[in-house]
Amino acid sequence: MSVELRLPTLLRPAVNGSATVTIEGETVGEVLRTLVAEHPGLSGQVLTDDGSLHRFVNVYLNDDDVRYLDQLDTKLAPGDTISILPAVAGGAN
Amino acid sequence: MSSTTKLLLETSQLNEMIAHCLHALPFEGCGLLVGDPISATVTRIVPTDNVEKSAKIYSVDPLAHLKADRAAEAEGLAVIGVFHSHTHTDPYPSPTDIAQAPDPTWHYVLVSLRSEVASTRSYQIVDGVVIEEPIEIHDVSN
Repeated sequence: MSVELRLPTLLRPAVNGSATVTIEGETVGEVLRTLVAEHPGLSGQVLTDDGSLHRFVNVYLNDDDVRYLDQLDTKLAPGDTISILPAVAGGAN
Repeated sequence: MSSTTKLLLETSQLNEMIAHCLHALPFEGCGLLVGDPISATVTRIVPTDNVEKSAKIYSVDPLAHLKADRAAEAEGLAVIGVFHSHTHTDPYPSPTDIAQAPDPTWHYVLVSLRSEVASTRSYQIVDGVVIEEPIEIHDVSN
């Protein structure tokens, strides 16, 4: 099935400036791997070299952080939206 | 990077950030800046939880970030930056802040609570280079 994937401003130049793209996939991981394959400029920014989720991004399926679901194995349903946002962190340490 | 080199805030927004950071003590406080990315004008402050519950590091509550991002985009605005406090150090980005700065177009506001009077500064962080920018107060109604 195809799902809508929303991208943060920082990653949009790699997809011709689009805020959203539509991608086929049955799981979150399948969609993200296809995203990176179709847009190589995103390589290393969403998934690590070993294929896991990069720690500097948060990925949501609708309103849920996929790290609290089945991570990249989270299954998709028709009408789902995946959102990628940068993890916002830092501190005096 | 945005086309401006200053951050436009209202006094109430500045006070809201400081109040949130004081309320978060003894931990670092944090939140997001929503506004116009071109003019670097802040429309509203979105205080969030520091999910790290730490005096030395912070992470903006991811779900609050998602909601703020969606709401901003629906209004034709954007999340244009983040603020956080340093409870015992100066208002200058730490190596952690610099290494984890998520977006070179964002504005990074630091609120230092080390002195009795809070000190606030704003920066842009581009490829690891820290550039301080002035905070301009533009109170509409005053």
